[in-house]
Amino acid sequence: MSKAAELANLIGNINAGGGGVGRNLFINGAMNVAQRSTSETGLGATAGYYTLDRWKTDFSSTAGRLTMTQDSSAPSGFANSLKVACTTADTSIAAGEQFTIEQSIEAQNCQSIAKGTADAKPLTLSFYCKANANATYVAELYAQDVDRRISSLFSVTTDWTRVEITFPADTTGVIADDNGSGIKVGLWLHAGSTYSGGTLQTTWAAASDNTRATGGDSFFDSTSRTFFLTGCQIEIGQNPTSFEHEPFDVTRHKCLRYYEHNYEAGYYPADGVTYSNTASPFLGNCYHSSGGGGKYILTYHKFEVEKRASPTTTMYRVAGLGGGSTANRWDWFNYSGGWDETDDATEAGEISSQHHGALARDSGAGVDEALNIAGGWEADAEL
Amino acid sequence: MNISEAQYTTSENKIIRVVDGSNTRFVPVDLNNRHYAEILKQVKAGTLTIKDAD
Repeated sequence: MSKAAELANLIGNINAGGGGVGRNLFINGAMNVAQRSTSETGLGATAGYYTLDRWKTDFSSTAGRLTMTQDSSAPSGFANSLKVACTTADTSIAAGEQFTIEQSIEAQNCQSIAKGTADAKPLTLSFYCKANANATYVAELYAQDVDRRISSLFSVTTDWTRVEITFPADTTGVIADDNGSGIKVGLWLHAGSTYSGGTLQTTWAAASDNTRATGGDSFFDSTSRTFFLTGCQIEIGQNPTSFEHEPFDVTRHKCLRYYEHNYEAGYYPADGVTYSNTASPFLGNCYHSSGGGGKYILTYHKFEVEKRASPTTTMYRVAGLGGGSTANRWDWFNYSGGWDETDDATEAGEISSQHHGALARDSGAGVDEALNIAGGWEADAEL
Repeated sequence: MNISEAQYTTSENKIIRVVDGSNTRFVPVDLNNRHYAEILKQVKAGTLTIKDAD
């Protein structure tokens, strides 16, 4: 696209209520932040967030399996992409099967779209993708609050290609101004007849499921299948503009609203990570709970960024202190005997969007003492 | 999340301890938490029971 055309598109979007800095409603569209992991194998049984922040893989009923990685293959101007590679094919597609790569945009960040009003704005989705072979897949916008959706086919080739799709404004169905999901953008890479038996829904409607992904190929038809994705942008306006790059720390900060852990960069939540690669040890206070039948060491951890909602927390043991090797147990410093493994797995004390408490029990801890305690944790408030 | 067990951590019923594959996770009783929403869905479907706290 020429610079003149790019400028015309940007001005057109600004006139339509979009454009400018912060126009990309996606977070981590350049696939630069991967707090959970950079590679996970055997995915396909359970939906979830496995590698790149904010990008969910949703599976249903498929026997297909894949490896998902943060990959260094990327178009010019990008350093990373999301890669999925089929490792187990599934050519007998049952009705309810599904594989999508998706991101849900928080509803309060969708208000400028004015969806459901006379002033509703069109949305333009753009991204770079490539694959091992030519294929056709489906991109879908889904407004969960009001159960309305719209889909469009797109093509992928063996070279990096910029896909640009403009979805019309939807004057029906207001998105609530809250912290739930506003619009979910999904790329359908595999769909059974439950999602593909009808005619593809190419206008906004409260349509039946079988119109969501009609006409798309199956990613799981061969173990040679790959799909790469980066430079994802969804913006207000009818014109695609160039990807809005941002500093790494800005993207990471946005991601922290949805997921955070206390591991150093390059280390990921799991039992057995060396304590020096975590933000621990930390101080805890020991108290005696007659009701709980033991001595508890309580620690509080204020999140770096307030979470979207109260998160799910998980505790992990650390290695390198010599306390022990039992899963989920933290180590505490016993002044009379050195580092010691707690008697039980560490539990959540309390959880809010601002902080979480962790509760470790050990019969040898001294009541009213401030003790050093070491452990790993993660907090997940994804949509 | 692949939940095989669920139990409140205390009698206040504010947090649910769940076994998710090889991990134990702590899910707050918050309708905006997607794991809690999933637990409610499974309870409603009759495939999961949340045990009382010990």
